[in-house]
Amino acid sequence: MKIVIKNGRLIDPKHQIDARQDLFLAEGRVAGTGQAPVGFTPDQVIDASGLVVCPGLIDLSARLGRLENELEAAVAGGITTLVCPPDMGPPLDEPELAERLVRQAADLGLARVLPLGALTQKLEGEKLAEMATLKKAGCIAFSQGKRPILDTQALLRAFEYAATFGFAIWLQPQDYYLSRDGFAHDGEVAARLGLTGIPVSAETVAIATYLTLAADTGVRLHLRRLSSAAGMAMVARAQADGVAVTCDVDIHHLHLCEHDIGFFDTNARFDPPLRSQRDREGLCAGVAAGTAVLCSDHTPLDQDHKLMPFGEARPGATGLELLLPLTLKWAQAGKLSLTAALAPITSGPAAILGRDDLGHLAPGARADVCLFAPEEPWQVTAASLKSAGKNTPFLGYELAGRTKATLVGGRPVFNAL
Amino acid sequence: MLNPQLNENGELIHLLSTEGLPRSILTHILDTAATFVGITDREVKKVPLLRGKSVFNLFFENSTRTRTTFEIAAKRLSADVLNLDITRSSTAKGETLLDTIDNLCAMHADMFVVRHASSGAPYLIAEHLKKRGRKDIHVVNAGDGRHAHPTQGLLDMYTIRHFKQNFENLTVAIVGDILHSRVARSDIHALTTLGVPEVRAIGPQTLLPADLARMGVQVYHDMNDGLKGCDVVIMLRLQNERMNGALLPSAGEYFKHYGLTPEKLALAKPDAIVMHPGPMNRGVEIDSDVADGPQAVILNQVTFGIAVRMAVMSILAGNSQ
Repeated sequence: MKIVIKNGRLIDPKHQIDARQDLFLAEGRVAGTGQAPVGFTPDQVIDASGLVVCPGLIDLSARLGRLENELEAAVAGGITTLVCPPDMGPPLDEPELAERLVRQAADLGLARVLPLGALTQKLEGEKLAEMATLKKAGCIAFSQGKRPILDTQALLRAFEYAATFGFAIWLQPQDYYLSRDGFAHDGEVAARLGLTGIPVSAETVAIATYLTLAADTGVRLHLRRLSSAAGMAMVARAQADGVAVTCDVDIHHLHLCEHDIGFFDTNARFDPPLRSQRDREGLCAGVAAGTAVLCSDHTPLDQDHKLMPFGEARPGATGLELLLPLTLKWAQAGKLSLTAALAPITSGPAAILGRDDLGHLAPGARADVCLFAPEEPWQVTAASLKSAGKNTPFLGYELAGRTKATLVGGRPVFNAL
Repeated sequence: MLNPQLNENGELIHLLSTEGLPRSILTHILDTAATFVGITDREVKKVPLLRGKSVFNLFFENSTRTRTTFEIAAKRLSADVLNLDITRSSTAKGETLLDTIDNLCAMHADMFVVRHASSGAPYLIAEHLKKRGRKDIHVVNAGDGRHAHPTQGLLDMYTIRHFKQNFENLTVAIVGDILHSRVARSDIHALTTLGVPEVRAIGPQTLLPADLARMGVQVYHDMNDGLKGCDVVIMLRLQNERMNGALLPSAGEYFKHYGLTPEKLALAKPDAIVMHPGPMNRGVEIDSDVADGPQAVILNQVTFGIAVRMAVMSILAGNSQ
């Protein structure tokens, strides 16, 4: 199957390309840009006039409910690869579970699903999971999801073991004891509304521990979903010192802060919590500087889980279809170029995954492509979202940037042209 | 963001918090309460303002004292009162909070008096009623988590005004466990709205919320400093479960530093009044000599509480959404 995508504005952040160029795809790979490769006869021509043509988006954190439905939502949001935590259902500590997830996703032929394996058995934080076996089964790195490792000795062993095999460890930096009772940023709004707070130190204490152990063991560490400016500064410093650490930020945290809780709006309940305005600014700067990449932290929830008092409601928001427009909105506010805007959702996450074949459009790359209308407005409503989760603080908002077509491995999987 | 407590004309339709209410509404409630204080002294203590109305006391968390004061207030307004102790009924069977509310709406409630362990629960109920188009049902927050206890805040304001006449020259100290106290939050918002120039919060760092100063109060850790020159001292109850553990080493050490003794009270103005939302822990946050002394107005607070709750209910019943 050979496809040419014509007349589009091709943006490839990895190679700093932003130009009117045609894109040629053959046998699931990029065959060339600009001039047609010798002897290229397309089976299909896609006219991308007025559209941006960029690498398919890579989302480093998405929780999926019903797989088919949520993967359809993913490709409708331009996402072609997504990473799932190991605690979506039964802990992903057995190779059969990981294999099944990867197979089910592959059979659907929509977005690629890259599972994180459990770092410890049953995610209990005590005994090591069979990482090498899980790796063979398709797990790309190891994580605890939202579950803690309380025993620092066990943590050190997990880092050492993963480092032995060159596996990466992905953890959410949140000290269990400093965060276990809380559900809002320990600041002005929590004080006023009487919400139990989670201090910034819950994040920075955990980061300090993880960075120390990462430096000692040499493990590749990825910190999931930073929430504070102080945390971002620590990661930037560690990166400058040569520690092999990367991190991501939930896109919602670039737009919202503690004040968005308003009168106990449960759609503004997140894990980690929305923090202060200053933290929000620190996160924005960190992503713009390349210290962190973005993720949707997609968490589709039934309305029943949100129609509750704030402290009893579940955290999280639907995000797959909002990742692109919210990234564009952030870039516009920060006066960033489209190339800079797309880097933290394409080339940036591909580098964290260590995948040379994803997140760019040079010849040889996987033909994962997103075509979007950068300025087309659309309203976020329950009906306009394909995801089963309608839970978002942006419900009712008009956002700019709409995915028009998505290709995975050279196959069109979403088409709204 | 629309304030869910007010209708389009700026009239009070729910009492959820003292925060966000204009001074005129707070003053109106206090003025209305003053007209009821006389009634409670009369032989026949009833007025027919809520005749034919049904007030449902929804206590998702036990509190005999608060429930009783609301019940008395509603009955003196001639309302029918239903007490539902929900901790032991439907929600224990897995029914959600809003299912419960829908069922009670179908029983023709006119007013819900809600006590709930979670901060914000009465907001959820008020919002749900709005969504259901039940403009005729009012919500009174009788205490939600750590967030607010607005009728307690208002009766405290009534008490202060009764003894001090006006708010403009006062220094008010709130002492103790402010972190877990919905009373403290309601007092702070009401005091600052009513124009009290200096509100002080006194307590150890473990019992004060982060960024408390952003609420417009001066924070003191040393009670001797904090009490100097005060006109009003509001003591807070220290819950048993907070006394011996991670927040405080012991009730004894707490009393030594933050208990109100005659010696400490002497640092305040000679005519300072001492308040407490009750029930008191004598010898923990307050010395018996102070609790029973001439400066204590703790029982006045209880009496005024009935009149203030009557005022709130009668004002709400007169306003529609």
